[in-house]
Amino acid sequence: MSDTIIQVENLGKKYLIKHQQHGGYTALRDVIADKVKSFAKKITFQWNHKQSSTYSTTEEFWALKDISFKVNQGEVVGIIGRNGAGKSTLLKILSRITEPTEGSIRINGRVASLLEVGTGFHPELTGRENVFLNGAILGMGKAEIKRKFDEIVAFSEIEKFLDTPVKRYSSGMYIRLAFAVAAHLEPDILVIDEVLAVGDAAFQKKCLGKMRDVARKGRTVLFVSHNMGAIRQLCRTGLLLESGMLIGNGRVGSVVEKYISDLTRGSGCHWITAEDPTIPLQVLEIYSSNSKNQMCDMFDLSDRIKIVIRHRCCEEMIASVVLVSVFRNGVELLHVFDTDVHTDRLTKRLVGIYTDEIELPKRLFKAGNITISIRTGIVNKLTTFQDVNDVISFSIEEIHENTSFKGYAANRTGVLMATPVWKNIKFSVDSLDSDRNR
Amino acid sequence: MQNRELIIEAGRTERLYWKDLWNYRELFYFLAWRDILVRYKQTVIGILWALLRPLLIMLVFTIVFGKIAKLPSEGVPYPILIFAAMLPWQFFANAFSESSNSLLDNANLISKVYFPRLVIPTSSIIVSFVDFLISGIILVGLMLWYNFWPSWRLIALPALIFVAFAAAMGAGLWISALNVKYRDFRYIVPFIVQFGLYISPVGFSSSVVPEQYRIFYSINPMVGVIDGFRWAILGTDVPFYLPGFLLSIGLVAVLLVGGLWFFRKTERTFADII
Repeated sequence: MSDTIIQVENLGKKYLIKHQQHGGYTALRDVIADKVKSFAKKITFQWNHKQSSTYSTTEEFWALKDISFKVNQGEVVGIIGRNGAGKSTLLKILSRITEPTEGSIRINGRVASLLEVGTGFHPELTGRENVFLNGAILGMGKAEIKRKFDEIVAFSEIEKFLDTPVKRYSSGMYIRLAFAVAAHLEPDILVIDEVLAVGDAAFQKKCLGKMRDVARKGRTVLFVSHNMGAIRQLCRTGLLLESGMLIGNGRVGSVVEKYISDLTRGSGCHWITAEDPTIPLQVLEIYSSNSKNQMCDMFDLSDRIKIVIRHRCCEEMIASVVLVSVFRNGVELLHVFDTDVHTDRLTKRLVGIYTDEIELPKRLFKAGNITISIRTGIVNKLTTFQDVNDVISFSIEEIHENTSFKGYAANRTGVLMATPVWKNIKFSVDSLDSDRNR
Repeated sequence: MQNRELIIEAGRTERLYWKDLWNYRELFYFLAWRDILVRYKQTVIGILWALLRPLLIMLVFTIVFGKIAKLPSEGVPYPILIFAAMLPWQFFANAFSESSNSLLDNANLISKVYFPRLVIPTSSIIVSFVDFLISGIILVGLMLWYNFWPSWRLIALPALIFVAFAAAMGAGLWISALNVKYRDFRYIVPFIVQFGLYISPVGFSSSVVPEQYRIFYSINPMVGVIDGFRWAILGTDVPFYLPGFLLSIGLVAVLLVGGLWFFRKTERTFADII
């Protein structure tokens, strides 16, 4: 069972970043204009006997550098790292969407990649038609899809709407159908990118279960996620990427630990960003603060923890939300919308800048590393305006309290320290003892 | 587990590219099937639209070139003369536009899934071929109406369709690949199509072009294809201008081979820049 199925050696991927971009893509007229400009500059530079070293519009950027690792057959590998660490680039190279700049990969077997749920779904086509289309895009043959069709439909739970165009589906139905197709792929190697971030909790659980089945059948799975809980549950080994480098490779527990400790050290408890007019609903600043309203990155178990968040709304909209997710040691504990409390914002969010203070319930979380992720978007639609994982982090420590005899000590299982109301309703002296005492 | 080992390396030209293309033939069918379904679902009158458009153009051309300009009709009813040219021209124009925009239309597929990219522009031509077959029905109708019987030359038609296919494909490959990098190429396509309709012998017979200029006229590859269609369908004894036809075929071949070469060369960067 331990033969190597994927062998990656000194893999690197270089991108050229153009600094003068016009609306995201190149137009021939700009290329010609630039050529003319640089030519004109050359002439004038010669004329003035100046050096032309300042004129450079492209910059090299290594998305991946010197990556080497091996994956054995039947292994489930979690790939973790911050946004922009190169995880998606690695998956894209593994699934042959883009070519590496250097290095090589040897793969033994059929690879299926799932970088997005519902790739190629066409809104005008019915659910049934899309199952076939999406199946073919993911690399299944017609006969194979036909054979698994009933199973796929049963998994997706949308039997009734099979002949409805998917443009009339709710986002939940859409995702369920899309994942159902993907879940019935039978490749030797399955490459998955963060697909569990969508869908409701029950469906996510079902997907995780399906992935565990896939892994149990001896298939090799490479899995990218920001959900450390899922990574820990599913994977045996982990790869940790940072700025395109592989900085951790080994047992999943230790790799996740390393990621979390790096995260807490790196990002700090204050985050601020420039206003971007293209984002209609944007979080501009977020920080954690203590009861004295000072920024703070370390709290005691009994401290009051506040999160101050400032966001801007550029256009009046309905059903928009600002999401704050609270993670402890990489496991999401809290998922709150600002509209949970301020319901008026859900019906109509006025243009302006909002500064909110979120106060976490006292003595809620156990000691550990807390990270916060934020997202803005339209609720129940797949529209996301802004999405920043691990935007700030801070720690909760057992400073003033000796927890060694407590159930909520940091090293025990369980994630909350909130102590339930524990009343004793009746106490009776044991009859045997009372006899003896008499 | 198969013992098929796959090696991914920088600049490694896929030795198994054509075999891979064959393996992805089902995707080709499905993409073509999707395009056809979508095309005939979105419009209420569906197939009728495919019939109506060439019919109207034919009517206008018959009136303008046949009745007003009184151009020679080679002894066949003018509507049939035009329609025999309309068929390949419409096919070329649609197929060329579809395949030119195909890569951008399927950008999400290209950036998320691997498959030989050649599948996209080729499968997009199939929709135009279905339109072509449907408008072929009109021609049959017209011929019945005028009681016009084709000759044995009709057997050359499949080969001529193939040439039209190759011309659309060759031009489409060039523009679709260029379109990925330079988005302004998509504005060129409607221009070529519109311009081409007038410089190709669609509304008139190419015999109106003076003899000494005909070889230059045939530099437009569609001239050879259209003349071939007329020769095969009309079966008249208009002399077939062979040098021009061969020149057209040669240019189509150059266009196609060049297009394939350019497409293959740029294909591997599509996902990075699309």
